[in-house]
Amino acid sequence: MKLSRRTTAVAAIAGAAAFALIATGCSAGGSTASDSSKPITLTLATFNNFGYSDALLAEYHTLNPNVTVVQNKAATSDAAQTNMFTKLAAGSGLGDIEAVDVDWMPKLRQYGAKFVDLAAADNKGRYAGWKTSAATTTDGKLIGLGTDIGPEAICYRSDLLAKAGLPTDPDAVTKLLTGDWDNYYKVGATFAAAKTGAAWFDSAGATFQGLANQYQNFFEKKDGTVIATTNPDVKASFTKVLAESATLSSHLTQWSPDWSAGQANGAYATMLCPAWMLGVIQGNTPKVTDWKIANAFPDGGGNWGGSYLTVPTQGKNTEAAKKFANWLTAPAQQIAAFKTAGNFPSQVAAYSNKDLTSATNAFFNNASIGQIYIDRSKAVTITPFKGVKYAAVMKVVQDGLTRVETGTQSIDQSWTQVVSDIKALA
Amino acid sequence: MTVSTLRMAVRSPRRIALSQKLGRWDIRFSPYLYISPFFILFGIVGLFPLLYTGWVSLHAWDLIGGQGKFVGADNFAWILQQQKFWLALRNTFSIFLLSAVPQIVIALIIAAVLDQNLRGRTFWRMGVLLPYIVMPVAVALIFGNMYGDKYGLINTLLGHFGIPGIQWHSDPLASQFAIATMVNFRWTGYNALILLAGMQAIPRDYYEAATIDGAGAIRRFFSITIPQLRPTLIFVIITATIGGLQIFDEPKLFDQYGTGGANSQWLTLTIYLYNLGWGQLNFGRAAAVAWLLFLVIVLIGLVNLGITRRIASNEGRNS
Repeated sequence: MKLSRRTTAVAAIAGAAAFALIATGCSAGGSTASDSSKPITLTLATFNNFGYSDALLAEYHTLNPNVTVVQNKAATSDAAQTNMFTKLAAGSGLGDIEAVDVDWMPKLRQYGAKFVDLAAADNKGRYAGWKTSAATTTDGKLIGLGTDIGPEAICYRSDLLAKAGLPTDPDAVTKLLTGDWDNYYKVGATFAAAKTGAAWFDSAGATFQGLANQYQNFFEKKDGTVIATTNPDVKASFTKVLAESATLSSHLTQWSPDWSAGQANGAYATMLCPAWMLGVIQGNTPKVTDWKIANAFPDGGGNWGGSYLTVPTQGKNTEAAKKFANWLTAPAQQIAAFKTAGNFPSQVAAYSNKDLTSATNAFFNNASIGQIYIDRSKAVTITPFKGVKYAAVMKVVQDGLTRVETGTQSIDQSWTQVVSDIKALA
Repeated sequence: MTVSTLRMAVRSPRRIALSQKLGRWDIRFSPYLYISPFFILFGIVGLFPLLYTGWVSLHAWDLIGGQGKFVGADNFAWILQQQKFWLALRNTFSIFLLSAVPQIVIALIIAAVLDQNLRGRTFWRMGVLLPYIVMPVAVALIFGNMYGDKYGLINTLLGHFGIPGIQWHSDPLASQFAIATMVNFRWTGYNALILLAGMQAIPRDYYEAATIDGAGAIRRFFSITIPQLRPTLIFVIITATIGGLQIFDEPKLFDQYGTGGANSQWLTLTIYLYNLGWGQLNFGRAAAVAWLLFLVIVLIGLVNLGITRRIASNEGRNS
């Protein structure tokens, strides 16, 4: 009897522990201190690699001796996103400056009151118009300063192309891949016919990202209504990518350990390559010398990803943080970041800067990455609309692509589930 | 009693009444006072979140935006209609069974071995506990390397023997088995130590008597150790059940997205809760899942209680 009573207590406590997961805090307002001589520490929260080197941060300390900057890097943007939303809800714990990916910006735009308005005289017209509008709330508040954009090129393994008897020189490959998506798949079919043992592209998921970023209203209408299940472009892209992926893809889900290993092991010959991907590839395959960049992209151009810096109002030194964010996203600092990690600046003035136009990358066989990505960003003609549900819908569709690529479902079965999963997001 | 009644008659009635009253209060209320820290703490970290979550589950509630309008049982109705919820429930039980059963059996065997006269006893005992102090994230990293679909250690080994690789991240059973091994890696040693403590409390005379009667090691294990270990076993089983139903870290870290797999192959209830609350920022629905999970655990708790009662009464008869 004694034991069973203890049992119920244990059961009750542990059951209640389930709720610890959901326990929430209450909101607390932040204050602003603008004393310019008082020593302060600013925390800068970023993810992946923003290219903000210690030297760059030390430079700011030299300019503003009272400010010390501490950078906290999250490993993935998913981890950073979760951390940010949780702490935004709790009302405390965020960094003074928080980096935000373009895909979760729409959600944050809804909570404009929780961010400082960053518009200032010296950052007006600094960015491409679409970059600014994506970070502007409906009442005209600018909550994020653009860091980088992701104009897309194509990265390829010259050794694998050589094996298949295709040209390997960047200029020749650029010529080969200039054209539409059908051309990209057609070259892929030639590559596959040579039976090198490698696939043409990495995954249906990554390739689909390239397609999705070429439509104005792909998943959502301008008013935010989700049209993903009825938009014929979505289903057509979904079906087409998967039909091609059967013979052309390495079927390694993007960002999985196998996908990273595949980059080093030569599992696939080409992949879509937004500017920030250069740092990812180099990190995954430090010993491979055959990665090169083709200055081409199917159907012209496209932008994939890119980030912002925001200043949450819950911080203690919002005024100093705003000043620092403004400095960090100025053209000179963003070019420095580009040289460190390949994140392509979103600042218009940077594109005519000699430091950028002449930039090359030794890892990618001295590709003139500055000029390539300037060209690629000029080829971007469409700014996809990304509303509140964009990221969630994209995840559902990506899961659908993965199901077919791993052989779990047929294309039709998977699409049916995508439709019902999108309905469940409502 | 008689002495105090006598004294009462001599001294002033008021003062005696007070001290007596205090004494009586002391006897009556002190025990409650002494155990109150537990209940106060439980009220703050257990009961309050529990009730507050119930309150949240009855509203449209945005993670960042906060409380919305009152929706009654709509959140619960919506969740019970979701195929994903039932899938998550199935996966939770399946991972629980795949982990708890082998875990307790192996823990029992390890404890029995450690109960023998070994050289370097402390070393072995600490060694068993080692996986428990390794961070779950580190465990997930190591196992993630082992269970890679294409370049993983296990599939590479299988490839050497000409066996086709197992699709760890697309086959539901394989993925759940993989997660169960992570759970077992972490908890088997811990449970083994608890069982070992139970075994050490068994009087050695029983074993001596049994040995003289000619019982072998295996007979002694099944006829003395297991019956004597019942209360400890029940405790271990119950904690393993509760922990198993709330499993989160391992499935969360099993792939790069942490949302339970492309086809919800390893979506557990806690992951589903997390996806709703932090992925879709819908706290109302997440709270409803938390309550449903709580009810499931209470239900299992009651089943456990029934079994415990029966075993307890059996024990009484045996002794």
